[in-house]
Amino acid sequence: MKRLLLLAALLAGAARPAWAVPDEYVQIERGRALATAGDCIACHTPGGRPSFSGGRAIETPFGVIRSANLTPDAETGIGAWSADDFYRAMHQGRRPDGTHLYPAFPYPYYTKVTRADTDAIYAFLRTLPPVRNPVDRNALPFPFDIRASLIAWNAINFTPGEWQPDPARSAEYNRGAYLVDGLGHCGACHTPMNLIGGSKDSEYLQGNQIQSWIAPNITGDQLVGLGSWSVDDIVEYLRTGRNAKTQATGPMGEVIEASTSHMPDADLRAIAAYLKERGAAGPTAPAPLAADDARMTAGRSIFTDTCKACHVEAGTGIPFLFPSLAGSQNVQQTDPTTLIRVVVSGTKAAQTGAAPTGPAMPALGWRLGDDQVAAVLTYIRNSWGNRAPPVSAGDVASVRKSVARASGTPN
Amino acid sequence: MALSTRRRLLAGSALFGVAAAFPAAARTIAGAMPWNPNEAYPPSPVLPGRYLFFRPEEAAAVDALVARLVPNDELGPGAKEAGVTTFIDRQLAGPYGGHDWLYMQGPFPANPLPSQGLQSPVVPRDGYRQGLAALAEYCRSTYSGKVFADLPPAEQDKVLTGLEKGEVKIKDGRAFFDLLLANTMEGFFSDPIYGGNRDMVGWKLVGFPGTRYDYRDVMAKPNQPYTLPPVAIGGQPAWGNR
Amino acid sequence: MVRRLPPKDVVIVGLGWTGSILALELARAGLEVVALERGPWRDTATDFNIGTTPDELRYSIRHELFLRPRQETVTMRNTPDQLALPIRRWGSFLPGNGVGGAGVHWNGQTWRFLPNDFKIRSNTIARYGDKALPDGNHIQDWPVTYEELEPYYDRFEYVAGISGKAGNLKGATQPGGNPFEGARAREYPTKPLTQGYAQDLFTKAATERGLHPFPRPSANISEPYTNPYGCRMAPCTFCGFCERFGCANYSKSSPQTCVLPALMREPLFEARTECEVTKVNLSGDGKHATGVTYVDSQGQEWEQPGELVILCAFSFFNVRLMLLSGIGQPYDRDRDEGVVGRNYAYQSAGGSTAFFENVNFNPFAAAGSLGAAVDDYNSDNFDHTNLGFVGGASITCAYTNGRPILYRPVPPGTPTWGSAWKRAVKDNYQKVTSVGAQGSVMSYRDCFLDLDPTYKDPLGRPLLRMTFDYKNNERKLSDWMSDRCDEIIRAMGAKTTQKTPIRGPWSVIPYQTTHNTGGAIMGDDPKTSALNRYLQSWDVPNVFVMGASAFPQNAGYNPTGTVGALTYWALDAIRDRYLKSPGPLVQA
Repeated sequence: MKRLLLLAALLAGAARPAWAVPDEYVQIERGRALATAGDCIACHTPGGRPSFSGGRAIETPFGVIRSANLTPDAETGIGAWSADDFYRAMHQGRRPDGTHLYPAFPYPYYTKVTRADTDAIYAFLRTLPPVRNPVDRNALPFPFDIRASLIAWNAINFTPGEWQPDPARSAEYNRGAYLVDGLGHCGACHTPMNLIGGSKDSEYLQGNQIQSWIAPNITGDQLVGLGSWSVDDIVEYLRTGRNAKTQATGPMGEVIEASTSHMPDADLRAIAAYLKERGAAGPTAPAPLAADDARMTAGRSIFTDTCKACHVEAGTGIPFLFPSLAGSQNVQQTDPTTLIRVVVSGTKAAQTGAAPTGPAMPALGWRLGDDQVAAVLTYIRNSWGNRAPPVSAGDVASVRKSVARASGTPN
Repeated sequence: MALSTRRRLLAGSALFGVAAAFPAAARTIAGAMPWNPNEAYPPSPVLPGRYLFFRPEEAAAVDALVARLVPNDELGPGAKEAGVTTFIDRQLAGPYGGHDWLYMQGPFPANPLPSQGLQSPVVPRDGYRQGLAALAEYCRSTYSGKVFADLPPAEQDKVLTGLEKGEVKIKDGRAFFDLLLANTMEGFFSDPIYGGNRDMVGWKLVGFPGTRYDYRDVMAKPNQPYTLPPVAIGGQPAWGNR
Repeated sequence: MVRRLPPKDVVIVGLGWTGSILALELARAGLEVVALERGPWRDTATDFNIGTTPDELRYSIRHELFLRPRQETVTMRNTPDQLALPIRRWGSFLPGNGVGGAGVHWNGQTWRFLPNDFKIRSNTIARYGDKALPDGNHIQDWPVTYEELEPYYDRFEYVAGISGKAGNLKGATQPGGNPFEGARAREYPTKPLTQGYAQDLFTKAATERGLHPFPRPSANISEPYTNPYGCRMAPCTFCGFCERFGCANYSKSSPQTCVLPALMREPLFEARTECEVTKVNLSGDGKHATGVTYVDSQGQEWEQPGELVILCAFSFFNVRLMLLSGIGQPYDRDRDEGVVGRNYAYQSAGGSTAFFENVNFNPFAAAGSLGAAVDDYNSDNFDHTNLGFVGGASITCAYTNGRPILYRPVPPGTPTWGSAWKRAVKDNYQKVTSVGAQGSVMSYRDCFLDLDPTYKDPLGRPLLRMTFDYKNNERKLSDWMSDRCDEIIRAMGAKTTQKTPIRGPWSVIPYQTTHNTGGAIMGDDPKTSALNRYLQSWDVPNVFVMGASAFPQNAGYNPTGTVGALTYWALDAIRDRYLKSPGPLVQA
């Protein structure tokens, strides 16, 4: 606890000038905390290999990219980079030799990080044991392997610039904004993308489909966003992987396990305050389906026979264990991709020290056909006050194909 | 019936560097609870069709036998309609049929104590093959060349009663009867995915709701008739099309 | 060729309840712990998927979760003069296998033994004279008291989240609970389970007869609960697929729901599955364990050195390992000497089944530990004068399931097949309940475990041999209890009853209980016990042996609550005393 308080104090001092001594203890601790907030480890560490040594395959709409080795190995890592080089990479998306980095590395968000903070992260990275891991950084197919094409991409999607606080807002709001809009790069998943893979700024944080999951709307929208969550709900979720209403899973579960569950409480509160205060935007709720619609009656039967043993008849689940479906933003996202894959493939909730159970939804794709999955999801999306578009068998079939590909197991 | 396959577990985390002495053939789990998407081990559904074990005359005999053990009557379909012959056939074709999971090492003394339970080296497949052959032989010699399936129901019942009591003297007759009756009950009341209890007729007979898994509503209102239809691993008609 | 591995601080054999508890606590104490489990990993959502677990044929009849007899079984005989034969197919008891062990597929009935149970020998003699003890008995007082174990019962109950109502809080009787129970420091962690219609009838009838009914303590829990390890459980939904099945919705206490999520986060812990321990290795003088040898699924043999070896493999498998490894002197029945295999016991039963009219019991709405119980006839809670037996039974009206392959009660005399059978099974399914007795079994010279001279496992090692029958003491107890059960069920309004006392020799065929106790019992005297009061081997001080193998004889209750308490009791001794100064914790 004391350690987190110290970190909070250190992190609060984000506006200080660059430290002269890169291996100083306080600087390194600050850098580690910042790297945790940025969740660098998630992309830069392949499974079973040393942390930050790179080579993890990142799926992009244009092909697979492998992440860089961030350990201070001179040949295969960033051992030869200076603090200026590191800042330039974060701020402009450029390497020391001037070539462009792909925005799979979310520099459009990291550009907001202050120089003092990038110096701290740099100091931390330099303390890692150097790992020799030559990564093929040019695996994208033609023409995407031409890095110069990013000049045009940047012109459309990228405005460099450190983050500026809003003097009309509280310190906590500004801290939250800095974390969310910058290092946290939440928008990289939670904002819809345009055709060339850039974030649609006009729909910032309004939700997005990524790797066959839905990163939901995290504006204050009542239906599909965080409108019904309190600040405490958000903080609990980020710290422990669950709250009374739901469990984190999928890619967000990993973010919580590797990043937010290790962040100081004050930062989690700041993130929550920012998200709650910055406003709401979301779709219009459709009219709910009639209860005697054939999909609803079939869905209700399936729900009674196989879902309510955990999610209970009223859809309210069990607090801190089985997500509530009633009033759930995940259930009411316009795009039902997450719901479909959770039913078909199952999923496991995040596991943290505070909440080790990580309850798992069993895979039911073997048991339910496409029409049945569509029916039961249509039912839960239109019951207990929920309002969301029905799900079709075709929706289910296409998600089924994509998740089977992902895991190699047909279901 | 398909065996559930062995788990293929993820290797444990981050133990590079000590490969030399590491028990590579052990499934080592450390650092996290293993979990994989899409991983489930349902039984392979039995599809009706040609028999995998029974010869045609054997299947005909079993059909006739089970039709008397659980007859089709005013209470509803019987074992034959329920697909019990198919059920038994698939069971015999799988590991149950060979007692694959049981301890089958000898010696097999001639006179075990009744309290010592199953002590025969005869596995269910052989039990049926031999038992059905012996029964056919008995019927042919007792009923002028007719086999069990040809007999009128009352006579069939007489043969079955005789088998059950040991009065119909065929080799291992009582053991064969016990096996057949046990498998018939299994086939009549097990989940339809195994080929029997077609349309859940066995469950409907007694009022067993199947796999529904949540009866808090029943506990909240005790001593009330239960009216929801049964549901199986494969669902129920109210689930609509697949 | 055996390959040698780097040493660990602690080697745990078997990753069920006791193994997972000790692994977690010792890893947290800073020790490197490896657990070797011969079965597979088991996970709730994967292996007890809500669509696959409610399958009576697969799990209840074909025994998928249990140890396969082909891998290991025991031979049995009723008396020492008989030839023991292998139990080729489980019946009477159903040994667990895999991570979680029998803790996965138990019913969840979780009791504390009574204070008298721990001192049954001296108390019986004091009250009734030593002639009251049955012929040929080996009854011993336990080397611990209920009062010493109370905080450990509490600890296990809170880890498991047991649902119940306290009957005796620090000496003050509580309404609604069991007035006979030993004093407890605090309430159960969750409230009692909702009772069913049959339980309500029983409670009313028992009360009218002057008995003291209470809800049976249950590991199928009543409400959402987070245990001291941070593991969270959901409330039971009365699915009726409890015993023999894994629980799909996190509502049955098990290593999976209560311990493993915390255990698997411990960086000092590692589990290896599908590894069968064949032997505990000893030093040349036989006084010190150096580790274990095990075989992996490819048949490769490994030596795992360890400083501390803990056997957590289930009662009689522990005994077999001790015999195969030379830990302690094997019991010789003819000489009445030796300790390993001594004092094997089981559970007696009795009861009365009754047929009612105009009722909907809905037997399928059930939980493994759903039940209303009375303890008026347990232990020495009643006067045994002139009854001709020692011991007692907990009496319960329960529904554990209504699964029709095995549960299709028909009145006595009904044919076993045909239209008459069909009519009877349809008419009676909703109308039958029973009141059952779970009774004690004393220990006897003639009831013991040793190694079979003939039958072997696939690795060529002798199987364990079980010599056991119910003695006159248990038969009289069973008859008497069945009469008491019959009285109660008639008071519930039953028309036809059928008493079900023990008849004939103990048979392996019908399922009874998996409450196999004894064989490596705890005691104060190394001549008559294999373990001291901390479950430490008298002979090899760096070996501890958990489980019901430690019970000197069995009481009128399911064993798991006491097994859990003894595990935490031994844990404290290991962590707070043994680790600081390894060696015998008790001077004989």
